[in-house]
Amino acid sequence: MDRRLHIKVPPRAGKGEIVRVMTKLNHPMESGWRRRQSGEIVPKELINEFVCELDGKEVFRAELDSGTAGNPYLSFYIRVQKSGMVRFTWRGEQGELYQGEAPIEVA
Amino acid sequence: MLNRRELLVLCGVWAAAGFPVGGLLKPAHAGPGDAKKRIAELTGGVEPQKGRIDITLPKVTDQGRFVPIRVSVDSPMTESDHVRAIHIVAERNPTPEVASFRLSAANGKAQVSTRIRMLQTQVIIVAAEMSDGSVYLAKGRSKITGGAGGCG
Repeated sequence: MDRRLHIKVPPRAGKGEIVRVMTKLNHPMESGWRRRQSGEIVPKELINEFVCELDGKEVFRAELDSGTAGNPYLSFYIRVQKSGMVRFTWRGEQGELYQGEAPIEVA
Repeated sequence: MLNRRELLVLCGVWAAAGFPVGGLLKPAHAGPGDAKKRIAELTGGVEPQKGRIDITLPKVTDQGRFVPIRVSVDSPMTESDHVRAIHIVAERNPTPEVASFRLSAANGKAQVSTRIRMLQTQVIIVAAEMSDGSVYLAKGRSKITGGAGGCG
């Protein structure tokens, strides 16, 4: 399956500006609620942790559970004071790791 | 092993005998009590207050497996007064947990959007933990008309 990580960070921002960042991961997020036609439960397979870091400092964290839809999507705000790197990390229950980063330049 | 015809006949007999067939096939859902318990667990049992939270949910949707939700909390988001965490809990999913978000003054604005699963028409509870230790609570409701609901 194609498990691509999408990230969207504005390339430029003013000093102290609050910018919106968006991220999405292509992942089924199997909830453990579903049954196969044969009756057995489809095993849980979740991405349960998301961390956003700005220049190595954690600014946002999400703990996801079965109620989060497949292909998890998050959009939130961060305040930028100086140019830096925004890093997104998604971690799965079975130790999967998906990472992406994007630079942001402060004028 | 039963084949399809035998099963249907059996169901007919069952229904005729006055037993609800649907009741047997329904998955075990969590109830409002479980959601309340979960909120108390997450927030450490602080008595919640009303207000300050704005939830945006579609009124009606046929895609229960994919419901967009936006939560924004009225807060200045400064070092001394900010939102520490936002918790989302669903009342009538098989398990009530949806997501928790940890925020800080570095966010500047307490607004988060995501997409959640809703197996049926139900109430979504959102709790916000403030930096001074107080907890605010709000509820949102969405009607699910899609056949399979949030089975995905």
